[in-house]
This record gives sequence, structure tokens and C-alpha cells, in this order.
Amino acid sequence: MERVVTSGAATEVTLKPKDYKSDIKPVWCPGCGDFSVLAAITRALAALKVAPENVAVISGIGCSSRIPAYLDTYGFHGAHGRALPLATGLKISRPDLCVLVAGGDGDGFSIGGNHFLQVCRRNVDITYIVMDNQVYGMTKGQASPTTEPDWDRSKLTPHGTRINAFYPLVVALASGANFIARASSSDPNGAAKVIGEAIGHPGFSFVQVLSPCVTFRPEQRDWKKIVRPAPIEATTDPAAAARRLMTDDNFYLGVLYKGNRAPFEPDSAGQPSTEQELEEEFKV
Amino acid sequence: MNAIDVTERPGFLAYALAIENEAVERYTTFAEQMDVTNNREAAELFREMARLETLHAKEIEARIGGQTLPEGASCEYAWPDGESPEAPDFSDTHYLMTPYQALTLVLEAEQRAVEFFETIERAGTDEAVRKMAAEFAKEEREHVRRVRQWRERYPPPERDWDDDPDPPNQAE
Ligand SMILES: Cc1ncc(C[n+]2csc(CCOP(=O)(O)OP(=O)(O)O)c2C)c(N)n1
Ligand code: SF4
Repeated sequence: MERVVTSGAATEVTLKPKDYKSDIKPVWCPGCGDFSVLAAITRALAALKVAPENVAVISGIGCSSRIPAYLDTYGFHGAHGRALPLATGLKISRPDLCVLVAGGDGDGFSIGGNHFLQVCRRNVDITYIVMDNQVYGMTKGQASPTTEPDWDRSKLTPHGTRINAFYPLVVALASGANFIARASSSDPNGAAKVIGEAIGHPGFSFVQVLSPCVTFRPEQRDWKKIVRPAPIEATTDPAAAARRLMTDDNFYLGVLYKGNRAPFEPDSAGQPSTEQELEEEFKV
Repeated sequence: MNAIDVTERPGFLAYALAIENEAVERYTTFAEQMDVTNNREAAELFREMARLETLHAKEIEARIGGQTLPEGASCEYAWPDGESPEAPDFSDTHYLMTPYQALTLVLEAEQRAVEFFETIERAGTDEAVRKMAAEFAKEEREHVRRVRQWRERYPPPERDWDDDPDPPNQAE
């Protein structure tokens, strides 16, 4: 794994993955894929040798969004769907920090869907990890944007949603994300490598982690038998990435796209730099 | 990226230690999961496994003594199946799992550890490493035997072991 963390955080430390965990014990259901994603994040941070105090993990609401509490880094458990704008603001004001955003498919693509588009366009140097279980776990099993149209196990959609599923990787590519990858909670080390690479890549990096909800989508326990490495290397060519995504069955793992857009730099010329100057602007 | 060479003595010891440490971590996580869901029997069992694996880790540390080993996070080891062999899969726990099922996970993990060391014993190029691998494989075979005996104390799960008339989470 690369040792250079471009997402801020220059000081190197040698810690074990468990040193990045807090003392708070997860309340996820046993078997939930999010346990593995938590392990993958701690392994990636340990491999990158980034100091916990130089990392901030921002989330919204959902089972997966509990993750900042389980990490011994800085964290912010924000409002539902609003993790990305929070993280954007943080990274712009503290470019030295390694800023990660973590959450679920409901949080990220329903209520937070428009932020997802704008953050891909803006290309701020943050890493977004979505634990995709194609369901709202926390609110007890409703369909999410990534749910298949014929999934009929929720009382709210007894005949399925009957609308197209949302394909986050395609949307990320079309909207300008600079790094796009898919990992699986069935392979925490594979996920750790991808997350590490995403953190190291400049600009907005998006990692979808297939992370089963064993309670409301127990059939997802079988995902581990279906996932496999993508046969093609990561590309820097968006057209080639688009062609590959169009033939993707959502179970190919690996880094799909590594763009070379320069990360967003705020234009600070003429902007207030002190609290007093800021207050001046809002004076009535 | 994978700088840790299992075919040389320091690398081999690093792998052997990582196997035990990962098992300790995994069983601790599983014990905590079972605590949270109030499955006391499985919690105790996983806690006991974490304790035993800690002892194994200490034994390996004693062997290592003052030697410097290559360092790396778990994702920098080239495990045969992607994950350390003695750490059961995160997705294999269930809040209603029985002691028999918990010990089956342990048994499978110990069997994978046997295979790991036997492979090095067969394919290793360094004689000292092959000897150590043979020794570790023998120890792991002994763990398999003991876990199997331990499991015999419990009945296999009934057909409807996961039926729960009042589940903690129900679709709404
Ligand atoms: C503004 C607002 N609307 C709705 C909710 C209810 N709510 C909480 S979590 C959630 C969705 C969770 O799904 P997801 O983000 O996929 O996470 P998971 O629980 O599956 O990990 C919803 C709709 C809320 N907390 N706040
Ligand atoms: S409800 Fe689903 S997503 Fe939430 S903790 Fe349980 S298994 Fe995980």
C-alpha cells in the first residue's frame, strides 16, 4: 500500500488496526457486513500510518453511519443525508486532515442524493465509503435507491418498488468523481487495500462496499459466493470506465476508475479570514 | 506491496503471530456481539477462545524473543483466502447461534490453520522454516482434536434454531 497520504495528515505513526478503534462496542446485528468495513477502515489507516488525530470520519444517520463512534479518530455523526456537505466544509477549512465520509445507501443516495452529485462535481479531496446493503437497515427494512425493483419484502412496497435501481458507480463517473471502486465486506483485507488507495488518490474518491444487512436482507449472506475481482485493470479513461460499468453486474470488485482531475481548491481571495471579518459580512 | 516473505524465518514468525492476534481480535468481537444480543453461552465461548488464542500468541512471542520481524498491517499479508486463516468470517455469526454452531466456526478456523502450516511444511524452501511449520501444524491438529471434543458436549442445532417469535428487529 502507498505510504503517501495526499488527503492531508503528513505525520507517520506505527499503530495496529485495533488502535484506531474506540472503546464503544458496536450494536450492529451479529453477522452485519459493517463489522468487516470497520475492520477494513482501521486496517487501511494502520497501513497508511496516518495518526488517528489527523483523521476525521463524518457520517449521517443509519446503522452504517454509527461508524465514527466506533473509531478513535475525530468524528461527526451528522444529520441524515448531510455527511458530504459537512465533510466538504471540514476539508476546505482543514486541508491538513484526512477526511473520510461513511454511511449507507439510503443516507447517501436518497436524502443525500443531490449532495452526492455535487460532491462528485466539486472533487474535494475526501473519501466516501458507502456500505451498500440495498435497504434501510436502521428504520427496519424499507427499500432504498439501490434496491432491486422486484424486492417485495417490505410492507411499504409489497409489489416491489417497480422503479429502476440507482447505480451509484455510473452516477459517480458521470458526475466527475476522481476515483471509483467497489469492495466487499466478505473480503476485509481487499476492502482495506481499496480504501487505502482511495485515501491516497487526490480528489473525491468513492468506494461502494457491498455490506450485507443480515437482518432485513438475509439472502445477502450469499453475496460472498457471488463477488469476484473485476477482470480489468483500473482505467484513467472515463469512456473505457463507462463501457465497463455498462456491462457490470454489480458484483465485480476492484478499482474501476482513477481520474486525474485536480482537486477543488477554494478561491480564498477577498474572502473573510477572521471571525470578525466574517461577522462584518453579516452585519445588518 | 506485500513485503512479508513467509518462506523466510522472520516472515514466517510474523505470519504465525498475526494468525493468533487476528484470531484474538475476531473472537473478542464475536464475544462482544453476543453480549450485545444477550447470547451468554456463545459470548462465554468466544471469550474463552480469545483467551486461548492470547496464550498461543504469547507462546509465539516467547519464541520470537528479541528478533526483529517485518511489520505490516493485516492487509499486507498474502493470506491464502484473503483473510487470516484462524479468524472466522465476520458474516458467520447469528444472534441465536448455539454453542455447537459457535464451536463449528472455531473448528473450521483451526482446520484452516492446519492447512496453512501444512502447505508451508510441504512447499517451504528453508529447512528451519519447514521444521517450524511442521511443529505449528502439529499443534493446530491438536487444537482441532480438542475443539472437536469440546463440541461433542453440545447437541447439534435443532431445525428451527433461528425461529424467534419476538425478534429484536422486525420489518416495518
Ligand atoms: C431527516 C430524516 N429523515 C428520515 C430519517 C429516518 N432514517 C433514519 S436512518 C434511515 C435510512 C437508513 O438507511 P441507510 O442509510 O441505507 O443505512 P443502514 O441503516 O442500512 O446502514 C432513515 C430513512 C431520519 N433519521 N432523518
Ligand atoms: S439492521 Fe441490517 S444494517 Fe442494521 S445492524 Fe442489523 S444487519 Fe446491519
